[in-house]
Amino acid sequence: MTPDKLKLASHVKAINWNRIEDDKDVEVWNRLVNNFWLPEKVPLSNDVQSWATLTPDEQLLTMRVFTGLTLLDTLQGTVGAVSLIPDAITQHEEAVYTNIAFMESVHAKSYSSIFSTLCSTKEIDEAFRWSIENPNLQKKAQIIESYYYGDDPLKRKIASTLLESFLFYSGFYLPMYWSSRAKLTNTADLIRLIIRDEAVHGYYIGYKYQKGLEGLSDERKEELKAYTFELMFELYENEVQYTHDLYDSVGLAEDVKKFLHYNANKALMNLGYEAMFPAAVTDVNPAILSALSPNADENHDFFSGSGSSYVIGKAVNTEDDDWDF
Amino acid sequence: MSAVAAESAVARGASRYTSSRLIYFSSASDNTHRFMVKLGIETARMPLHTYEETLLAQEPFVLVLPTYGGENRLGAVPKQVIKFLNVAENRQLIRGVIGAGNTNFGDTYCLAGDIVAEKCKVQHLYRFELMGTSDDVDRVREGLEEFWTRLSQERTPL
Repeated sequence: MTPDKLKLASHVKAINWNRIEDDKDVEVWNRLVNNFWLPEKVPLSNDVQSWATLTPDEQLLTMRVFTGLTLLDTLQGTVGAVSLIPDAITQHEEAVYTNIAFMESVHAKSYSSIFSTLCSTKEIDEAFRWSIENPNLQKKAQIIESYYYGDDPLKRKIASTLLESFLFYSGFYLPMYWSSRAKLTNTADLIRLIIRDEAVHGYYIGYKYQKGLEGLSDERKEELKAYTFELMFELYENEVQYTHDLYDSVGLAEDVKKFLHYNANKALMNLGYEAMFPAAVTDVNPAILSALSPNADENHDFFSGSGSSYVIGKAVNTEDDDWDF
Repeated sequence: MSAVAAESAVARGASRYTSSRLIYFSSASDNTHRFMVKLGIETARMPLHTYEETLLAQEPFVLVLPTYGGENRLGAVPKQVIKFLNVAENRQLIRGVIGAGNTNFGDTYCLAGDIVAEKCKVQHLYRFELMGTSDDVDRVREGLEEFWTRLSQERTPL
């Protein structure tokens, strides 16, 4: 599409971080800064041997998945996060978006670090060509992009949150899958850093969307809610196609779809809406879930444990100075 | 609490005292708050800011608290929860913890719940993500009911 001239924030004044209107801005700024990382810190070259154990099909799939993720990060870094700046309610919110934009560019670059470590220039060029030619990948980028250039600030935030919290996950599945089989584990470590960042981004943009809803008429709120679910369905259908394009060759498409459902629910929650997919279709492969978070397994659910193993702890008296967290 | 402190709390309207069996912290994002509302049982929410007076529990309770995307243990437990747990009487009445979080934060998923459970020597009973699904709500509602029943049976020898 031909974008209209991108709107910029008008009337810039000096930002005063000593006068805060929304504590969330400072909280998220600090979190993002503390989470800052660069791909050079991850020892990707330790994955060279592991890469050689993948079949040619598996290598091709992995490269395609990563060019797809590169496209989304590029879109979010150069257009998405930047397009949110003129709509910001507070100046500190604007600053947070600049941080988000920069980190998306770090993410986009980190896939190139993976490529240059593991693949030949010819293979890399071919994978990038695939990313331009794959209709479903292009479609998802176009759908999101059209909202970034649109004129509704809240719809822009919806599109952005769905990108951050849903659209990446058809891709993120694969490094978690490799990690669960003890392959490409350093690459997986890098992807986990990206996943952590995207979680904060989705949380924050979703929060700002909800702040934007405050004080609107019920009709407008209903319109935006209906719009969110409509967009989710449109993206979901495309995502299913994209998943089949990628994963049919290795027989993982059905497993990936569960991961999509699970993350679609979380994207909706970030926007303040109830989960849409029922538990029957969000039962993510436990190996994938534990590659994502080692604490996420059923063993941590005390309520579902067998009654006989209940051990009720007794709170003990502790001194106040124990509470120096 | 000293008698003087108790009196001044009473003078302020005694709103700090709570007999809720479920006490929680939720930031301005309201994710944990939404989960608590869905549970449909009586709960007490800690003040949003640390400059406000914290709650004083009057009955045994389960604490529900979120973990945001911290990288390490330091700073994982929200300051408001620390303030609440720095009251010795509150610590004496805590019986369990429920954690909220996001698996995208990897091995720090629900870390604040782990830390508090360890410090207070109580169980980290359940974990849920963001505002929780309807299944989470059902399991926590049923789980808590069973938990309190068990606890009261243990305390009342036949």
